[in-house]
Amino acid sequence: MTLVYPVQSLAAHPPRLSPAYKSTVKRSPSKPLIPMRHTLSELTGPVYGHETVRENDHDLTVQGKGEPIGERIIVHGHVLDEDGRGVPNALVELWQANSCGRYVHVVDQHPAPLDPNFTGAGRTQSDAQGYYRFITIKPGAYPWGNHHNAWRPAHIHFSVFGHSFVSRLVTQMYFPGDPLFPFDPIFNSVTDEKARNRMISAFDLENTKPDWALCYRFNIVLRGQSATPMENS
Amino acid sequence: MQQAKPDGITPSQTVGPYFAYGLTPNGKYDWNDAFNNNLVTPDTSGERIRIEGQVFDGDGAVVPDCMLEIWQADAQGRFSDPQDKRALTNTSFKGFGRIGTDAKGGYAFDTIKPGQVADPDGKPQAPHIVLAVFARGMLLHNYSRIYFDDEAANATDPVLALVPADRRSTLIATRQPGSGNAVYRFDIHLQGDKETVFFDV
Repeated sequence: MTLVYPVQSLAAHPPRLSPAYKSTVKRSPSKPLIPMRHTLSELTGPVYGHETVRENDHDLTVQGKGEPIGERIIVHGHVLDEDGRGVPNALVELWQANSCGRYVHVVDQHPAPLDPNFTGAGRTQSDAQGYYRFITIKPGAYPWGNHHNAWRPAHIHFSVFGHSFVSRLVTQMYFPGDPLFPFDPIFNSVTDEKARNRMISAFDLENTKPDWALCYRFNIVLRGQSATPMENS
Repeated sequence: MQQAKPDGITPSQTVGPYFAYGLTPNGKYDWNDAFNNNLVTPDTSGERIRIEGQVFDGDGAVVPDCMLEIWQADAQGRFSDPQDKRALTNTSFKGFGRIGTDAKGGYAFDTIKPGQVADPDGKPQAPHIVLAVFARGMLLHNYSRIYFDDEAANATDPVLALVPADRRSTLIATRQPGSGNAVYRFDIHLQGDKETVFFDV
């Protein structure tokens, strides 16, 4: 099956220049992007086997000597293409702040505690149906310097590889009902409300594990539609 | 498995300032690298090259929190992807690399010079590497290409031909003087007079 990648689908993305998110002002292109046809270079992409992902890489609560502090959660869903077809063997990487809203990164100096049992990085590969699953800790909100009293809503960063280099996606997953949504210029950089809502996970009671962990469902939709089958002439 | 047809793709968001420990730990964090900046494997044929440069913003300031990813064909112009029916299954060359820029906005990839890949009309493109640029302040990664200044095929490359002549040089890595493996310089300017050409793909 050869997929097609309609350029119109890109309309869901935020504009590169979104001045309310100040760092975009000097880092977004000032000249028009040049349209081009997809060649084999764009239509192929890296393929990695299971050797890239180790046994517990999907479980961020067992990477330390003890259990991390915070609310244990399951985050799961499907990696899909634009037709709703599961993307098998997709590499899904995630990284996030700990339950206090602090990242392990050396540049993060937010005065909230680090958790010696929580790094905040994970990795998995979707199965044959495109399904993936992580176990982690619900991240905290944290302040940032974009404007006075700026706080990021709780979020988990996702990095996903699909069928080709042009289906590559880096995004953030948010939690339903976050009171910080109206004030966050990164979340609101996606101007279409329907598109914005696709970044919000759904609380999933059915897959919540009693006495153990709440569950959130987050489907990730990558570029790519099935090509119209060619008529045999 | 088919789910209900989604109402669109998941929008992109920035990698933010703190991606390094998850995506490019490079020995600095307690996490292993899925990918790095050395694409060369012992069984890789082709000319060993290094591509190095710096990333700059619209003020000409270096960008120390940028992530670069490259994807390329092998020396015979084949991609390590089953979608390329000519791909060799017995080689460990994957054709994909990733690096985070350093404090001076610098990066380097060790790889091989790719072979020529056909365009959709079957016309050969000049050797090139595709490039994705991610950073804090970039809500969506930028897509570009790296060509090489010692390739005569640049003159007839169908993608370079789409680019205004006075901007083509932003896509062409320049071979540095010296002996040993070839080193090419390729700086990336996110914005401004020297802005790298980015493609709408």
